[in-house]
Amino acid sequence: MDKIPVTFTLNGETVEGLAEPRMLLIHFLRETLGVTGPHIGCETSHCGACTVDMDGRSVKSCTLFAVQASGSEIVTVEGLANPDGTLGVIQEMFREHHGLQCGFCTPGMITRAWRLLQETPNPSEEQVRFGMAGNLCRCTGYQNIVKAVLASAAELNAAKEAAE
Amino acid sequence: MKDDATAPADRSAGLKGLGCSRKRVEDVRFTQGRGNYVDDIKLKGMLSGDFVRSPYAHARVVSVDKDAALAVPGVLAVLTAQDLEPLGLHWMPTLAGDRQMVLADGKVLFQGQEVAFVVATDRYAAADGVAAVEVEYEELPVVTDPFRALDPDAPVLREDLEGKTEGAHGARRHHNHIFTWEAGDREATEAVLGEAEVVAEEMIHYHRTHPMPLETCGCVASMDKVTGKLTVWGTFQAPHAVRTVASLISGIAEHNIRIVSPDIGGGFGNKVGVYPGYVCSIVASIVTGRPVKWVESRMDNLMSTAFARDYWMKGRIAATKDGKITGLRCHVTADHGGFDACADPTKFPAGFMNICTGSYDIPVAYLEVDGVYTNKAPGGVAYRCSFRVTEAAYFIERMIEVLAIKLGMDAAELRRINFIRADQFPYQSALGWEYDSGDYHRAWDKALEAVGYDALRAEQAQRLEDFRAGKTRKLIGIGLTHFTEIVGAGPVKNCDILGLGMFDSCEIRIHPTGSAIARLGTISQGQGHATTFAQIIASEIGIPADDITLEEGDTDTAPYGLGTYGSRSTPVAGAATAMAARKIRAKAQMIAAYLLEVHDDDVEFDIDRFAVKGAPERFKTMKEIAFAAYNQAIPGIEPGLEAVSYYDPPNMTYPFGAYICVMEIDVDTGDHDIRSFYALDDCGTRINPMIIEGQVHGGATEGYAIAMGQEIAYDAMGNHKTATLMDFFVPTSWETPHYTTDFTVTPSPHHPIGAKGVGESPNVGSVPCFSNAVHDAFRPFGLVHSHMPHDQWRVWKIAHDLGLHG
Repeated sequence: MDKIPVTFTLNGETVEGLAEPRMLLIHFLRETLGVTGPHIGCETSHCGACTVDMDGRSVKSCTLFAVQASGSEIVTVEGLANPDGTLGVIQEMFREHHGLQCGFCTPGMITRAWRLLQETPNPSEEQVRFGMAGNLCRCTGYQNIVKAVLASAAELNAAKEAAE
Repeated sequence: MKDDATAPADRSAGLKGLGCSRKRVEDVRFTQGRGNYVDDIKLKGMLSGDFVRSPYAHARVVSVDKDAALAVPGVLAVLTAQDLEPLGLHWMPTLAGDRQMVLADGKVLFQGQEVAFVVATDRYAAADGVAAVEVEYEELPVVTDPFRALDPDAPVLREDLEGKTEGAHGARRHHNHIFTWEAGDREATEAVLGEAEVVAEEMIHYHRTHPMPLETCGCVASMDKVTGKLTVWGTFQAPHAVRTVASLISGIAEHNIRIVSPDIGGGFGNKVGVYPGYVCSIVASIVTGRPVKWVESRMDNLMSTAFARDYWMKGRIAATKDGKITGLRCHVTADHGGFDACADPTKFPAGFMNICTGSYDIPVAYLEVDGVYTNKAPGGVAYRCSFRVTEAAYFIERMIEVLAIKLGMDAAELRRINFIRADQFPYQSALGWEYDSGDYHRAWDKALEAVGYDALRAEQAQRLEDFRAGKTRKLIGIGLTHFTEIVGAGPVKNCDILGLGMFDSCEIRIHPTGSAIARLGTISQGQGHATTFAQIIASEIGIPADDITLEEGDTDTAPYGLGTYGSRSTPVAGAATAMAARKIRAKAQMIAAYLLEVHDDDVEFDIDRFAVKGAPERFKTMKEIAFAAYNQAIPGIEPGLEAVSYYDPPNMTYPFGAYICVMEIDVDTGDHDIRSFYALDDCGTRINPMIIEGQVHGGATEGYAIAMGQEIAYDAMGNHKTATLMDFFVPTSWETPHYTTDFTVTPSPHHPIGAKGVGESPNVGSVPCFSNAVHDAFRPFGLVHSHMPHDQWRVWKIAHDLGLHG
């Protein structure tokens, strides 16, 4: 099958590669580009382990073709640490509140939380639970994930206030 | 060394040892997407393998035509049973003493069974190849009901066993019968049941489900033809056992096999067994001379590897009129699917089902388990469970409720009057176990008080009155559970898997500058071993946990151990860790005495140092001692500071807990709302409270799924009805309830640090708790028992059948 050039912005840098038209974005990220933060958990859009951010929306990269990403701006968990390599606020809060165990859902969770907190900077617990419901976790029972997201909101808001 | 001004409490806190909610060291990698899971591994020239699977539950395989597949661009090879037969690898041993087809040998026994293995340059080409393989089947009659499977005229499933009247676990009495396993005193139990004032009887089904870790099973096999060394990275919960089994079945010398478990994305028992994908990947790598990766899809995972439960448990429980239990009988019809591939210790083909007397002082009991073949996927694995303990706990906790109904008693009180008392430990159970320690009354009282039990019952009674008066359509159910687990398999004298004793191990090396590395025979799948085992060492020898690297999962470097499942890591490897640390401490004591120029007996350990008795200002820190071990010639003492311990536990450990759930049920929709869930766990000494709490949240959520909707279901044709997450219920953050955790501490008397293990308790305890809440809501209307899962439809059906819809 003929391959098609695919190019997009990934975590602020332009990337390019060749993909068969049928190649899924998650496989292009993981296998062609070597970006293995996003994981594959179900291949049917249910689990959210493959969640990445595309043009300002959380998307499940197992249900998009790589070619659909051409020209877009994509952020993965690899792009969420601070420039100096230390953990970003959400990453730090997941660690602080024990919001992860095996770590397999974590990249998708954190990427989703990052978008959720931009959409809803001051969410209630209910909004977090609803907003994170596209991402499955088998280890934590979500309680500490919810705690971590709420704590992230508080931290981010405090930092924003301090900056203003 | 001159930090003696530091207060002991500060020195102790700086270690981040036992009892500290130390933040996890794993998380720095995981939160940045820097984990290294098996599907992240990419080797030069690596190929991709995928299975052709059977669409039928029972059929003859008439022919497999590979030609079209081999013509697909990128496809290098297609393996069938015929190709594996010359190597003797078309069948493989299961961990349960049975054997399983690696690739269909003449017939298939379940839908999704592996028929051919396609090897291609990438996953897309492999999928194309799979689609191009032409298999001709001839359908055979299907048996999915384990009771029907034992009818005299039932179809013969395992033709390879025809005429064999002896199986791995004794006599087989029918062509679809696997084993009968017994415990306890049958005659005495029958006598008690015959004369009892009250006997309650019920058939309780713990339905088939699946561990479903978020990461599926997979491996990368790489045979290096130059060195003759086979390396397999994979999702292995027991890497050393895999190495030994791989050596035995392949004939490759064990030193030429290296098994590596990288980061594992959850296991829950799914990743203990040996699967056809591993064997095929190894063979394909040998054949092609290139690394071969095989990773299950979710559908492959739910259809073929490691179902759990599927026990039909017929119970009879005897008691006096005032509620003292006098005897218990349980007969289990165990549906094992097409092959007996559960992963129990050899002598326990029904696992530790004989813990089914639970937390109660039951003088006499009898258990009989019949294992049966059906046209379903093989497995019967210990899903977040120490070998059928979940089934046992569900059974007894339902039987207690059934008995309470028969007696007209409050189920909390019935439990209380039958608990094993604290002064009865160590307690010898009627079915053969010696419970190490417990204080059930204390835990129970604390739990009932914490939830305000009496007030809850009053509220429930009021709600019932309102319901009957037509003021509400919602009922309240109060679910109670007091479970006792048996974990930490186990003593080598009675626990082995394929002849490998179930000890475990730890090796510790102290570096000259006072930091350390420890390696264990276990492997974390999210439990946080790198964090917690370092805490044990920190407390034992006074090196800060932050200065200790912990490694697991590489059989070339880690000491031999039996892996992580059955809540055995803390009870067994945790004990080995403490014992190895104590060997180091003993040597450190001699070094310190030499440096301080006193007799060995004249120094004592003090948090992070050895000090002269009566003169605490004269001391050597562990850091100083470590350096001395490498730079001083000490008479009579070898240089270096290392130790290894292989720990064979004298007994299992017996964690327990008291769980209480309050649930509202809408009678007209069958929908439920978990108002509160209280979980008190006693896991002995608590190493890291934060991690314990996380384990409880996660295990209870898995239990919530199982009780309230999750199942592996088949239709009468053997079609798998729940093979994707569309149909297989996994709760999201939206449905999942909030948990309140609590604890008591009753240390294990035989464990070096008194720890018992906690990973599985919440799954074991929460399933009966949720289920009992559903039953409790309908108890006033005459409901005695209804099978799980209690999804909306089934709960609606309960209400409907009880005439609550008018």
